[in-house]
Amino acid sequence: MSQAQSVSILDRRILLPAVGAAFRKLDPRTLARNPVMFVVATVSALTTLLFLRDLARGGPDLGFSFQINLWLWFTVLFANFAEAVAEGRGKAQADSLRKARTETEAKRLTSATGRDYERVPGTSLKVGDLVLVEAGDIIPSDGEVIEGVASVNEAAITGESAPVIRESGGDRSAVTGGTEVLSDWIRVRITAAAGATFLDRMISLVEGAERQKTPNEIALNILLAGMTLIFVLATATIPSFAAYAGGSIPVIVLVALFVTLIPTTIGALLSAIGIAGMDRLVRFNVLAMSGRAVEAAGDIDTLLLDKTGTITLGNRQATSFRPLKGVTEQALADAAQLASLADETPEGRSVVVLAKEKYAIRARDMASLKAIFVPFTAQTRMSGVDLEGSSIRKGAVEAVLAAVAGQADGAAVKELRAIADEIAKTGGTPLAVSRDGRLLGVIALKDIVKGGIRERFAELRRMGIRTVMITGDNPITAAAIAAEAGVDDFLAQATPENKLELIREEQAKGKLVAMCGDGTNDAPALAQADVGVAMNTGTVAAREAGNMVDLDSDPTKLIEIVEIGKQLLMTRGALTTFSIANDIAKYFAIIPAMFLTFYPQLGVLNVMGLATPQSAILSAIIFNALIIIALIPLSLKGVAYRPVGAGALLSRNLLIYGLGGILVPFVGIKAIDLLVTAIGLA
Amino acid sequence: MTLNGWLQILIFCGIVLALVRPLGGYMTRVFAGERTLLSPLLSPIERGLLALAGPAAREEQHWTAYAVSLLLFNLFGVVLLYALLRLQGLLPYNPAGMGAVGPELSFNTAVSFVTNTNWQNYGGESTLSYLTQMLGLTVQNFVSAATGMAIAIGLIRGFSRASARAIGNFWTDMLRATLHILLPLCIVLTLVYVALGVPQTLGPYIEATTLEGARQTIALGPVASQLAIKMLGTNGGGFFNANSAHPFENPDNLSNLLQMVSIFAIGAAFTNVFGRMVGNPRQGWAILSAMGILFLIGVGVVYAAEASGNPLLQSLHLAGGNMEGKEARFGIAMSSLFAVITTAASCGAVNGMLGSFTALGGLVPLINMQLGEVIVGGVGAGFYGIVLFIIIAVFVAGLMVGRTPEYLGKKIEAKEMKMAVLAVLCLPLAMLVLVAISSVMPSAVASIGTAGPHGFSEILYAYTSAAANNGSAFGGLSGNTPWYNVTLGLGMLMGRFLVIVPALAIAGALVAKKTVPASAGTFPTDGPLFVGLLVGTIVIVGGLTFFPALALGPVVEHLVAVAGETF
Repeated sequence: MSQAQSVSILDRRILLPAVGAAFRKLDPRTLARNPVMFVVATVSALTTLLFLRDLARGGPDLGFSFQINLWLWFTVLFANFAEAVAEGRGKAQADSLRKARTETEAKRLTSATGRDYERVPGTSLKVGDLVLVEAGDIIPSDGEVIEGVASVNEAAITGESAPVIRESGGDRSAVTGGTEVLSDWIRVRITAAAGATFLDRMISLVEGAERQKTPNEIALNILLAGMTLIFVLATATIPSFAAYAGGSIPVIVLVALFVTLIPTTIGALLSAIGIAGMDRLVRFNVLAMSGRAVEAAGDIDTLLLDKTGTITLGNRQATSFRPLKGVTEQALADAAQLASLADETPEGRSVVVLAKEKYAIRARDMASLKAIFVPFTAQTRMSGVDLEGSSIRKGAVEAVLAAVAGQADGAAVKELRAIADEIAKTGGTPLAVSRDGRLLGVIALKDIVKGGIRERFAELRRMGIRTVMITGDNPITAAAIAAEAGVDDFLAQATPENKLELIREEQAKGKLVAMCGDGTNDAPALAQADVGVAMNTGTVAAREAGNMVDLDSDPTKLIEIVEIGKQLLMTRGALTTFSIANDIAKYFAIIPAMFLTFYPQLGVLNVMGLATPQSAILSAIIFNALIIIALIPLSLKGVAYRPVGAGALLSRNLLIYGLGGILVPFVGIKAIDLLVTAIGLA
Repeated sequence: MTLNGWLQILIFCGIVLALVRPLGGYMTRVFAGERTLLSPLLSPIERGLLALAGPAAREEQHWTAYAVSLLLFNLFGVVLLYALLRLQGLLPYNPAGMGAVGPELSFNTAVSFVTNTNWQNYGGESTLSYLTQMLGLTVQNFVSAATGMAIAIGLIRGFSRASARAIGNFWTDMLRATLHILLPLCIVLTLVYVALGVPQTLGPYIEATTLEGARQTIALGPVASQLAIKMLGTNGGGFFNANSAHPFENPDNLSNLLQMVSIFAIGAAFTNVFGRMVGNPRQGWAILSAMGILFLIGVGVVYAAEASGNPLLQSLHLAGGNMEGKEARFGIAMSSLFAVITTAASCGAVNGMLGSFTALGGLVPLINMQLGEVIVGGVGAGFYGIVLFIIIAVFVAGLMVGRTPEYLGKKIEAKEMKMAVLAVLCLPLAMLVLVAISSVMPSAVASIGTAGPHGFSEILYAYTSAAANNGSAFGGLSGNTPWYNVTLGLGMLMGRFLVIVPALAIAGALVAKKTVPASAGTFPTDGPLFVGLLVGTIVIVGGLTFFPALALGPVVEHLVAVAGETF
């Protein structure tokens, strides 16, 4: 699944089966999904019958009609081949995933509390069953850790061999079926039945088995079908026009004109482009639950990014203790350390370390102090300990002040605020510390903005995307970091509620919003966002709510996801433009050839100087078929996206695919004509 | 081509451009129901008529109700006009004693005037009574134009409103278009035409004795009033058979200039109405630029072709431009310009015989109509026509900026695409299929006036003109046969209503959508890039369909003439 394992476009393991698949896809039921190709196959079948009739009766120009027939079928086969190659790449990845889905034996717990279990096949597990997974066991199905902590090797799905920690409670409680517990043991509640696990879903997604046409694809198909109909009218009326002029046109020539005019190029490559877009995400270790989500990614107007881990390095470090008047630094450091002893966050640990290094306060054992840890929650925005007869709290300034309201005296509150503001203004984060309702002082934490992130945001701005930093910090700290990182806006003192509110507000303005998250409290916002990327390390709720999962749990990937979405849409537009622009040259190749017998004067329109009417028609149809093959790599790789603003991007693409689409077939058809004439095909 | 000729063309363009902003501003206020200079005079009439009509004439309508009102109104118009034509012999204001018009011709004429086509398979002065001309044709000239304007306004509201349900009220929009825009302008224009020598009388035809002593009947009638709306409403149906080539219908160069400006005035101003209503006049100017480019190319080709003359005559060393079928008082430049204007807009009035133009000079009017008359176009009709192309252009190219397509913040999705494709499809259907049948049907082929490719062009032109709701005739084809009367009528109905209904459906779909705010990632639709893209899309999507037919008509005719052959 990692980049190294991905398969190149021209891999023989993909190309050979794709040839077979191209023939299998001639099944009318499969072809009917693609209106343009279905029409080509239908007229090809018709002309083949006419050819066979002529063969039996001994009609004229058999060699010529045989070749046209051959290239008509090649057109269909090349389209099938393009789709098969795109699917083949997904299949190769699905195969490697399937290896992880080996039959496992599960240790199903017989009671809710004990460790007695019975061995059952993994497939017999039902949602809600409890299982025990010990070191060396494969986790039998998706679930949530309800007790214990273990290191788990998730290489089977992420390709990353370094083990990750999975533990009960918090945001790292989800485990995935098919991954292996390396040490310790966990008790897991099963959340997915056999066949509906995350791994199963991944397999069907990368295989493209569940592929539905996306809204934009449907609209494009309508346009392509409409153009096909227009050209039915344009070509089907030619025989009577010719009859008026006293001439007649062979059916095979009309069919050749028709097939070259209808948008076969984009019709052939449309589904390959869609599959390749999903595939590009998969190779990026991001799973999109639907093609619709990938399309939406291209449209994103607002990107909500969590500050921590995305904009700043994850670990905020405590840099100083700032006591209030009448409190010693030593006392503050002592209280701060006590409050942080059980706090496993990097911030918490840095407080313990700072107290030890600067004030030589040794870390103490929670159990011997008979201390009860009060964990951080998104609502209280505080944590701390309850010792015998004493309680220490540390947390966001406003939260601590709210907790001590009525107990602390006004002067202390004012002083604390002043210190906090001073820290915040420099981009630091103040954490207030209180003991038994008395304010002690402030811990200063410092954020470190990631290198290069400023440039990324500037790039996003050029793409027309507004970035909003989400942080639990107070507004002053947030503003300082936002300015340092170069985001467009920020949401300070974020709670799950106001995050959701922000998304709704943006959407009400007609904007599309992307965000990523991992916690259960992120789930509503993830579900509300147009593109919600859940971290693989996140909770089951988060993974269910989002429409994409990032297996590497790297929030900065949102930027790449948007680029991949844009690339998908651009590739579709570029090839449609190219396909339609091609028609001009095809008219100039076929129209003079078609009418030459009764209006030789129209030979002037043969601007390419094609050798004979037959070679002209043959060259046009060969070009039309070969261009599909030639464009397969582009449709799989995608048109390169550059963050240069829409106007510049459009003029560049119009120049390449619009103007190029007009000119390339003139050159191509002429070259094929030279070749066809040289080897005597027509 | 002469400098003088081009100067006259540029003066025309300058006047039209100068009118865009004031007229656009006035029309915007009228359709918004805001106060204008003429409100004190006209608003009481408007309020009175709407009160008389009841609340249904004022309530905001969903697009389906809007479309149903429009279709019923037009159906009523067809029935009324048909009855009038059939019964004119029994009705007053008939000094020349014209009898009933035949059923097929009545159908053709009724449909023709209701669809704003004004294809005329009859000669006005030899077929119709004054009452039919005034109560039948002139009334339809007003309301068919107002219908087109109402549709355009409905569609513009699809863009300017967001998350709404209704696109306006058809009755109110149509009434305002007639009362505040068409009527005042026509009154002024009528008086000017009368001053320039156009007759306006209910008196009988005049009997005159010529110098040789022969007796001649000089047809008269209420010409000036019909002439004003015929041009301003891009109707084009002449009072006289010779249309604006007739000295009573177009006496001099000043009346000619006035007529040409009237054809484009409202259509061009609609781009400005659009720009104002969507809050960015540049959007309107961009659309007008695309129209302008296509227009000037057309004028250049026709003028060059006509000025260089007939290759067959030149091979006989007869130098000079092609004056065949042109009025000497207008000359080559103004006849070429008129031909391009009348087919670019959906007018169809002519001041020369198009069939006598050179092959290339006749090719451009054909292409203008086959593109769907989106180069300024009919009043309102040209605007909703070009919006269909904009939707297709934005859909295909808009993807290339990496966003799902949108225009002015409205997402272009499957429904809009379906309707745009349907509307674009109906023109080749109505034009090509009917031509294909007629060109192999011996009785239909018998109507043509010239052998060879030119005869084919005659048939092609007739159906193109009908389906595009233009109404200009190429000449040569005897169209007053049951076959042509009925099929041309069908072509007009298809070309009108198979575009109108999808256009209103698009308005209904768009009006319900949110408006996505523009960002640096949004493809700008008010600059030269968009103009170029739109021109390319119109030419490729709109024009390529007709390439085979054009190759067998005017193109081959030209090549044959260059080779010195005739049929």
